[in-house]
Amino acid sequence: MSVDKDTVRRIAKLARLALEEERVEPMVQELNGILNWVEQLKEVNVDGVAPLTSVVEQRLKMRDDVVTDGNVADALMVNAPGGEDHFFIVPKVVE
Amino acid sequence: MTLPSNPTDFTLADARAAVSSKKISSRELTGAFVKAVEAARPLNAFVTETPDRALEMAAASDARIAKGDIRPLEGLPLAIKDLFCTKGVRTTAGSNILSNFVPPYESTVSQNLWDAGAVMLGKTNMDEFAMGSSNETSNFGPVTSPWRARASNAKMVPGGSSGGSAASVAANLCLAATGTDTGGSIRQPAAVTGTVGIKPTYGRCSRWGIVAFASSLDQAGPMTRTVRDAAILLKAMASVDPKDSTSVDMPVPDYEAGLEAGVKGLRIGIPKEYRVDGAPPEIDALWSQGAEWLRAQGAEIVEVSLPHTKYALPTYYIVAPAEASSNLARYDGVRYGHRAKDARDITDLYEKSRGEGFGSEVKRRILIGTYVLSSGYYDAYYLRAQKLRTLIARDFTQAFQKCDVLLTPATPGPAFAIGEKTADPVSMYLNDVFTVTVNLAGLPGLSVPAGLTAGGLPLGLQLIGKAFDEATVLRVGRAVETAANFTAKPERWWRAA
Amino acid sequence: MSSNGSKYIQGSTGPWEIVIGLEVHAQILSNAKLFSGAATEFGAEPNSQVSFVDAAMPGMLPVINKKCVEQAVRTGLGLKAKINLFSVFDRKNYFYPDLPQGYQISQYKNPIVGEGEVLIDLPNGETARVGIERLHMEQDAGKSLHDQHPDHSFVDLNRSGVALMEIVSRPDMRSADEAGAFLKKLRAIVRYLGTCDGNMDEGSMRADVNVSVRKPGAPLGTRCEIKNVNSVRFIGQAIEYEARRQVDILESGGTIKQETRLFDSRAGETRSMRSKEEAHDYRYFPDPDLLPLVLEQAWVDEIAASLPELPDEKRARFIQMGLSAYDATVLVAEKESADYFEAMLAAGADAKASANWLNNEYFGRLNKAGLAIGDGPVSATANSAIVQMVSTNVISGKIAKDVLDIVWAEGGDPRAIVESRGLKQVTDSGAIEKAVDAVIAANPDKVAAAQAKPQMVGWFVGQVMKATGGKANPASVNAILKQRLGLPEEG
Repeated sequence: MSVDKDTVRRIAKLARLALEEERVEPMVQELNGILNWVEQLKEVNVDGVAPLTSVVEQRLKMRDDVVTDGNVADALMVNAPGGEDHFFIVPKVVE
Repeated sequence: MTLPSNPTDFTLADARAAVSSKKISSRELTGAFVKAVEAARPLNAFVTETPDRALEMAAASDARIAKGDIRPLEGLPLAIKDLFCTKGVRTTAGSNILSNFVPPYESTVSQNLWDAGAVMLGKTNMDEFAMGSSNETSNFGPVTSPWRARASNAKMVPGGSSGGSAASVAANLCLAATGTDTGGSIRQPAAVTGTVGIKPTYGRCSRWGIVAFASSLDQAGPMTRTVRDAAILLKAMASVDPKDSTSVDMPVPDYEAGLEAGVKGLRIGIPKEYRVDGAPPEIDALWSQGAEWLRAQGAEIVEVSLPHTKYALPTYYIVAPAEASSNLARYDGVRYGHRAKDARDITDLYEKSRGEGFGSEVKRRILIGTYVLSSGYYDAYYLRAQKLRTLIARDFTQAFQKCDVLLTPATPGPAFAIGEKTADPVSMYLNDVFTVTVNLAGLPGLSVPAGLTAGGLPLGLQLIGKAFDEATVLRVGRAVETAANFTAKPERWWRAA
Repeated sequence: MSSNGSKYIQGSTGPWEIVIGLEVHAQILSNAKLFSGAATEFGAEPNSQVSFVDAAMPGMLPVINKKCVEQAVRTGLGLKAKINLFSVFDRKNYFYPDLPQGYQISQYKNPIVGEGEVLIDLPNGETARVGIERLHMEQDAGKSLHDQHPDHSFVDLNRSGVALMEIVSRPDMRSADEAGAFLKKLRAIVRYLGTCDGNMDEGSMRADVNVSVRKPGAPLGTRCEIKNVNSVRFIGQAIEYEARRQVDILESGGTIKQETRLFDSRAGETRSMRSKEEAHDYRYFPDPDLLPLVLEQAWVDEIAASLPELPDEKRARFIQMGLSAYDATVLVAEKESADYFEAMLAAGADAKASANWLNNEYFGRLNKAGLAIGDGPVSATANSAIVQMVSTNVISGKIAKDVLDIVWAEGGDPRAIVESRGLKQVTDSGAIEKAVDAVIAANPDKVAAAQAKPQMVGWFVGQVMKATGGKANPASVNAILKQRLGLPEEG
């Protein structure tokens, strides 16, 4: 499998990455280089093999239903590039 | 014990003894390192230096020492990879998108270190979001290795992604440093800078507060000058963390305790698949030498097979970018980090902020990751890779029925020159060929300096252990270290610069 | 499901059948969020109930709230559904300002709850079965406010990370009424279980409605999904509008495009959501920050053993007590009504008399006053006392209503009120005989008429009741009158 320019544009859109037009063709080459190289995984028969979900062999730990966090609105805003009255501000979103 | 005359030449263990017995104050020791860091700016090993904080912490440690209230790392100056969030100290992950990010929280691992009395010298440079094997993808410029090839002035890479930490440890800019390892990012730079690095079992160190690259593979670990120092630092870094669902609920042992127990009776596995075509003969020779050292100390050498080894790297380059593409979605210019100016709308804001904020390797991996998870390709790539991961992990389980620890080369070669491998992503990825299997299986791996190439550049050997058997890995590592007697140090050429 | 012809909608080419499936998002009742320790309360100051985890700060990690898992299991058991002992949390990847992680943690391939069912009570008294396909847990998103500024949206993450259950029905409903009945029943079940407060005004429960139309007997048509409809009434309106729209398109030779639509409650119409038109590709994969959720059967059994009596079981028990199916259905529809009713019984009142009293008297007054049962001024004990006094002939039914009015307006103990105000029914036959004799003596003409036409006796009863201030026992009055007038006992 390999990607073309349209595919690269589509996945860049999906990943919300601005990609200058002159970077599209080189990216096609780079991605295909990687994809052709990972193609060797097809050699392996994986029939009946379960995908690995985690290397950790224990029960999922759970927290108690207790409020232990929050009330940090000031700290949340410290790094906010757009922040006002404890809201994060973004360009108008049209639904 | 005879201490080196220059305090920056101390090992962590030396310094611990000297500080707690008041042979040297933490302030004096820390001051020496602060000066060394400053003098080593040509290496570009630090993104952020924190000398004032270091000296304050040192003073506080001295006050505790005066009262006899001494913690395990009391007053010992360390460098922290800039992937660990440090409260009130800028944390960049080597990226433009986080170039002004100041976390309002402290990572569990770094908090463990401060709770143990350690002193922070600063934040070390790294490949952007830990994606790289040469520290050349950093937004803050490449790190230059303190090592140079014999009779050459060419700037060499320190490996990556924990290149700043490796260079700092190798150049005696700190007693030890933290690193993180997703596919070899501790062990590979350790190997090419003549330092010790261990990636513990997945789940041994908490990931809470470490900027995520690939969640199922990321693991923090120590980078030090000796195996003993690695044992000391690992004990302090590791913990059981209720804030990390993948932190494993097992007590942290005293890794120093059995360090000198020797290898007599241990079975050391030699995985035949690690002998790769085209590897420099020096690598093979060093590997055989390593096996010989261990045999001479009473270990039994057994050949084992890890049949899916060759598929580990391509598997990794599906799994890691897939997870990264999702982990890095939060860098959207909304709540923190770089925000593009003059965005027309929200989509434009995302695309421009991320386009400007991420470097090209990160973008490449986000795109690959997005592609392999996308509709119609998930089964062919991601699901198949996760199945391969099962097979790779199974290989290790089977091998460990025949042996206690595996011995392999750490890297396929020594450090290369800056700029030498940046053109071809895949050739760069091949640097992790020996280290990445361990991440996929979640096992502990240790890189120990074992020798120099003919050109005078360090090489390391890797020891791989069973899950949560870091103690045995370190014990065998200590045996390799003893036999190798690696004493070479880089010349301090940067001081003249 | 009955194939009642009236469910079809008429088009120019004949009848069409509406096929409806619901995806209901119900907020799990818990103190803290699904994966963080921040509070879930409604209406807090912006971004005050947000932890660094909820804001997706770098390096933050999710740890699941055990209570939320328990609530999901409890709900699954209440829906008579299969509980999956192995389930997995996946990431659903997409960008939106109120989705800080850039992905929602949800359950995709392996949900915690599998197939179940809900019995719905239709207005015509019939019961129908709606299949449940699955229930899974997921994170809620934050909120974007678009009306605060002309060029900007404001993002509040207080809801970000609150635990939701998404309950997906089979496309088993055939009318807006059925969809409404399903939602009402589901709401009753989760409220009985205590797993969701069912508060649709605050968004604790909201539904995505899948609507398609087909000719009766034809295969399923292309469906449209109407997003985030937040009341039973709007669901009805949205379905009716959408079905009509689809029929019109199909009958004019068009085809239905599968799409996401929005219900505009002011205009009463659905419209295409252009922002969602862009091809979705959520790139689901198991969240590597979490491990698979593995439950012990013993724990599930423990939860099952602690399940309260649910509406269907309660309704059956009420019917066994002698209630009509209608009364029982009304009483169990709201947990508070059923609880109130049962409190009346516990205080000693008869079941059927209590049901009648509530449905005929008390609920009407509450409705008129716009009060929920929990906010009404008369306690279950007080209503129970009134009903008991009627049953034991202490007061008449008429006086009972007066007593209720007094307790409603002034409060107090009904028994004491009856005592102190002399409202007790007169059962002393001497006193009644005296009153009867007085009425007969005063109306000789009517006596003859009544003897000729026994139904006239009612007029005499009224007169006697009037004379006794309503306190005479009507049965005694009737009996004595008949005797005095020489009428047969029966008739």
